[in-house]
Amino acid sequence: MAVIRNLRTGAWRVVELITTPVVPADYLDVIAPLRNAQVLRAKVEAVRPETANSATLVLRPGRGWVRHEPGQYVRVGVDVNGVRLWRSYSITSSPDRADGRITITVNAVAGGAVSTELVRHAKRGMILHLDPPTGEFLLHDPRPAKVLFITAGSGITPVMGMLRSALHELADVVVVHSARTREDAVFGPELRALAADGRIRLIERHTRSSVSGRLKPAEIAELVPDLFERQAWACGPNEMLDDLETHWSDGDAAHLLRTERFRPTLISGGGGGTVTFTESGATVETDGSEPLLDSGEAAGVLMPSGCRMGICFSCVLPLREGAVRDLRDGQLTIAEPGDRILVQTCISAAAGPCTIEG
Amino acid sequence: MTTVQRKKTSPIAHLTPEDIEQIGIELDAIRDEVMASRGDKDAAYIRRVIAWQRGLELGSRGVLLFSLFPPAWLIGTAGLSVAKILENMEVGHNILHGQWDWMRDPKIHSSKWEWDHVTPADQWKHSHNELHHTYTNVIGKDNDLGYGIMRVDEDQKWHPMHLGQPFYNMVNALFFEYGIAAYDLELGRNLQTKERRRDPKFRAALKGVRKKIGKQVLKDYIVFPALSGPFFLHTIAANFTANIVRNLWSHSVIMCGHFPNGVETFEKTSIEGETRGEWYLRQMLGSANISGSKAMHIMTGNLSHQIEHHLFPDMPSNRYRQIAPKIQDLFQRYGLPYTSGPLPKQVASAWFKVFRLALPNRGEAAIRRPVEKKAPAPATRWRRTPASAATPTD
Repeated sequence: MAVIRNLRTGAWRVVELITTPVVPADYLDVIAPLRNAQVLRAKVEAVRPETANSATLVLRPGRGWVRHEPGQYVRVGVDVNGVRLWRSYSITSSPDRADGRITITVNAVAGGAVSTELVRHAKRGMILHLDPPTGEFLLHDPRPAKVLFITAGSGITPVMGMLRSALHELADVVVVHSARTREDAVFGPELRALAADGRIRLIERHTRSSVSGRLKPAEIAELVPDLFERQAWACGPNEMLDDLETHWSDGDAAHLLRTERFRPTLISGGGGGTVTFTESGATVETDGSEPLLDSGEAAGVLMPSGCRMGICFSCVLPLREGAVRDLRDGQLTIAEPGDRILVQTCISAAAGPCTIEG
Repeated sequence: MTTVQRKKTSPIAHLTPEDIEQIGIELDAIRDEVMASRGDKDAAYIRRVIAWQRGLELGSRGVLLFSLFPPAWLIGTAGLSVAKILENMEVGHNILHGQWDWMRDPKIHSSKWEWDHVTPADQWKHSHNELHHTYTNVIGKDNDLGYGIMRVDEDQKWHPMHLGQPFYNMVNALFFEYGIAAYDLELGRNLQTKERRRDPKFRAALKGVRKKIGKQVLKDYIVFPALSGPFFLHTIAANFTANIVRNLWSHSVIMCGHFPNGVETFEKTSIEGETRGEWYLRQMLGSANISGSKAMHIMTGNLSHQIEHHLFPDMPSNRYRQIAPKIQDLFQRYGLPYTSGPLPKQVASAWFKVFRLALPNRGEAAIRRPVEKKAPAPATRWRRTPASAATPTD
């Protein structure tokens, strides 16, 4: 076996010599994009509309995919009008699926480039880019006796992943879900079927036809009297999570509530923001008029630099979080959590709080 | 040529500082329009060129496995030459300029790309993107003017060594990629003293070049010839020919960018405190185009649009052709010469200069203007002039 392995690595070395300066994978990727374990990709196997504005994508992850935990999300990279953009989506399928496929459910957000692209234009056969699954919004072992899920809108997606994977291990489950209308409720029919079977207790709120909006903590407390006897998971808009966290900590039960939140990037209207340089640990207050390169250097950060006019690309550093603005044309570059977008520091200024790896 | 600052009549004497800033504003507007419209089609273009280039290279090398047969040798060598030219020019040069960084595809990114060239990408990016493109045609700052071995401007000092420059230029043309590697390493300067030779930065750079030479030699002169078995020597000859063809071609194209008649040079002091408009103007006067067909543009990596490329080095190369008429119109409106010509004419013009300047200047110094000295001042090339500031108020 060792001989064969050596022969294989030897043969691979020769192939590498043949393809230099690129790597053999650059050729193989054209034929078999899923075989490359270094660059994780997935093929769209099916697209199923869920509601008028959302769709479920069945993905076949390529080599290099690791089994996810129910409740985790995956960062998905999609080329939208030529630019690769990454967004996080909760995995809604069970990790035990026999065919190894995963599903994500995407809600088309108004003005959302990636979600709109996926809901409206994703087709069978399309190749997407993936990061390994991640996230701390998990069901723990041993499974709790009594469970409460509080969700709103697309916040149902990680919870659906948990229900599909582990409902058979949960004895007492309450799902409190708010959606705009009955039709807009993603997974509405599936949840209602589970409720009809008596496997979960489902409390739905349709905000468009209700005067009081999303279910508030006080209302939930009325509907679910044993609230603080339950382990709770909540996912939805930030105001909802803030309210819930206050309610739970007021009831001395903060340890029972886990939340999953999406932090929107703060963009200042040209006023700059605090720049954090992760490697050097420096933080600088900027007013948005000076290039990051100058701000960094003034704070004593060792910044790579070159032409100082935006043409040589020697000064690029990864933007990890936040937004920067191109001082020449005002174009914004926004990094989502998990991104490493290389930006030209010599012509970019902070457009809100941002983090630079440098 | 003589630097703009020393010429008897300056080609930019008719422009006011406001005119120059206005040129900058108009060019920025052209840039913004194109950059904002980059999209799917552009991304598909570069991916298509890369796919074609790789297919052509693979196919040609496949044919060369039978290099004993003259038709196979000819077709394979021609195909490989074209593939190597595309790889260096339309693909490599342009990706390394960051023209495709906006796609955020790590496989087609200036920070990750490596090319079939003996100079490593990072060294070339420094000498080319940073030095040549920022200090274009500034005597004493832009070593691309003669690559440090030739005199291509009257204002470069003559030395008896320059008598041999037609010969150096020919050798450089044949082994251009090695010439570039030596140039990027600043061999002339760095080999001079023991201290410089031992500088760890220089040694690391040298190691990088050695590694790349090793890989290319192994690929072109050992592995592929070995794969063609009994036709080993024929394949070596084919690969050697393809490398020479690529060198000659890229050398010719690059000579056409800044050496032909009509291209201007600049004094070192003239760029003190240079503004964005002034930088643009220097690029406009310091570059020359090559006219020709679409195939010609692609084979030159769109360096046939050298003027457009020097104005916007990070604009996707497929867009230069689109903006060329607007740029030409701008030149005309401001009474500036848009230097362009067919390849043979431009190559001849550049070679003529190499021959002529091998000899010292003849009497021209007498009519030269003294250079106006500018006090040292930081350049503000990145900073745009607000449109309102440049418009004369009266």
